[in-house]
Amino acid sequence: MKALRDPVVLLAAPAVLYLTLLYALPLGWLLAKSFSGPAGLTLQPYTEFFGDPFNWRVIGNTLGSALWVTVVCLAIGYPAGFALARAGTAMQIAMLVAIILPLSVGVVVKAFAWQIVLRRDGVVSQFLVALGIWDEPQRLLFTEAGLVLGAANIFLPFMILPIYSVVKLIDPRLSEAGATLGATPSYRFVRITFPLTLPGVVSGVAFVFSMSVSMYVIPSLLIGDRFQTLSTLTGRSFLFMRNEQLGSTTAVILLALAIAVVVASSWLARRLGSTE
Amino acid sequence: MTPLETAARALMWVAALVTVVFLMTPLVVTVAVSFGSSSVFTLPPPDWSLRWYQRLANTRGLLPSLVTSLEVAAFSTAVALALGTLCAIALVRGRFPGRDSISTFLVSPLMLPGLVVGIAMLQGFKAAGLRDAYASLLVAHVVITLPYVVRTVLGALSLFDFSLIDAARTLGCSYPMALLRVLVPALAPAFITSGMFAFLASMDNYPISIFFTDAWTKTLPIQMLQYVEENPDPTIAAISTGLVLLAILALIVSDRLVGLRKLAEF
Repeated sequence: MKALRDPVVLLAAPAVLYLTLLYALPLGWLLAKSFSGPAGLTLQPYTEFFGDPFNWRVIGNTLGSALWVTVVCLAIGYPAGFALARAGTAMQIAMLVAIILPLSVGVVVKAFAWQIVLRRDGVVSQFLVALGIWDEPQRLLFTEAGLVLGAANIFLPFMILPIYSVVKLIDPRLSEAGATLGATPSYRFVRITFPLTLPGVVSGVAFVFSMSVSMYVIPSLLIGDRFQTLSTLTGRSFLFMRNEQLGSTTAVILLALAIAVVVASSWLARRLGSTE
Repeated sequence: MTPLETAARALMWVAALVTVVFLMTPLVVTVAVSFGSSSVFTLPPPDWSLRWYQRLANTRGLLPSLVTSLEVAAFSTAVALALGTLCAIALVRGRFPGRDSISTFLVSPLMLPGLVVGIAMLQGFKAAGLRDAYASLLVAHVVITLPYVVRTVLGALSLFDFSLIDAARTLGCSYPMALLRVLVPALAPAFITSGMFAFLASMDNYPISIFFTDAWTKTLPIQMLQYVEENPDPTIAAISTGLVLLAILALIVSDRLVGLRKLAEF
């Protein structure tokens, strides 16, 4: 027991033990159970699940909406991360409050607010009509566009903050050095600034995408039952349909998706780190 | 400035404005609706009124669920602060293999779908014979709060110079006193930030709590969502406004104590 020669390791024991017993073990058990049938090891629940075209639509809904949410968050969050790092004090404080305050308010509160915002007479509809983009008010609630807009709003801080944290570390002298050597502004951005922001982009995209894949409250309130995602299907099969078999299967698929995102993003982050 | 640079600056300004307006919209709308007289969320409200706040007092189940949520959040944050800080010290000071994997493991509940963790716990607790909803909530929420503490305290500790403790001891401090007078103040900002986010995460949690509720024990988000689904009226906006106010208060306090920029560190 070489490890125990250092007694400070024992301080980690309570937390590690706690999570092992109450979190890792149950997760492992869920995983094991989903692969075991009456006659031992089986893949039957999965072949059944993937054999049903409805479930493919569920997977498509899940990945499609998560992708759109991520794209919207990145489109707003990338320039916003720069703005937050480089704005003057007043604007920076306004942005920090606008980012941190919603983070401290619960998702049920925000999703409920979006139910109001997305109504036919809601703020978004009024705004688009006033701009002349829409001829008449329309309801966005219970549409996929509404879901994407609401979810992007709720997850946007998780895109801005990682990008902000890398932008504020970029040494402005790098770009100046590029300018001295005759690089045009666009060339400087593409070759100097942009590569340096990539680690922030990767972690922001990973956060937003994995949260969008597993969101449950937001789709329940903003789009309803006819648009099922892996997450809502998992919840429904446990809470309403009492179909634990289906629920365990979708839960394991969700788990695999989440782990894939984590592994892919940390691999990307390592690769980006090593090329610097 | 070249036209391109001007365009880039303009884009930044637009993004900043869009961000502020977009992110504040749900909160502003909620507050506006809660003070309006309209029961169908008309905006701007035809008239101002406090009727939804009066309704709040007569809404059954709301107050008990708020109390449950506060108790669960306070308990789980306290436990997480204790377990998480001890563990962070071991990870920073210890020289043993697998420290990186341990810290990844401890932060991992943040990265996995809450619903899946909730289901796994539900089945695990059932198998272990834990059937009491309230006790299950307490135990389960530590798993939600622990990652926040470990992540932030670990970051703060890796910047802490442990020779300061030796210095304090050389100057005549006893070891416990040195910890209390040197280490604890140095970690205070980390305790405040992580404690606040852990507390809020517990208060806000829906996907894990939903599996540990019964007719008597409900947390606030569960009770609120149930209310929204049963009778959608601005009463929920009134309680949401209360929660927004609470968040503003927490923000002001933590800004005074550690600064807004520190909170934005990710």
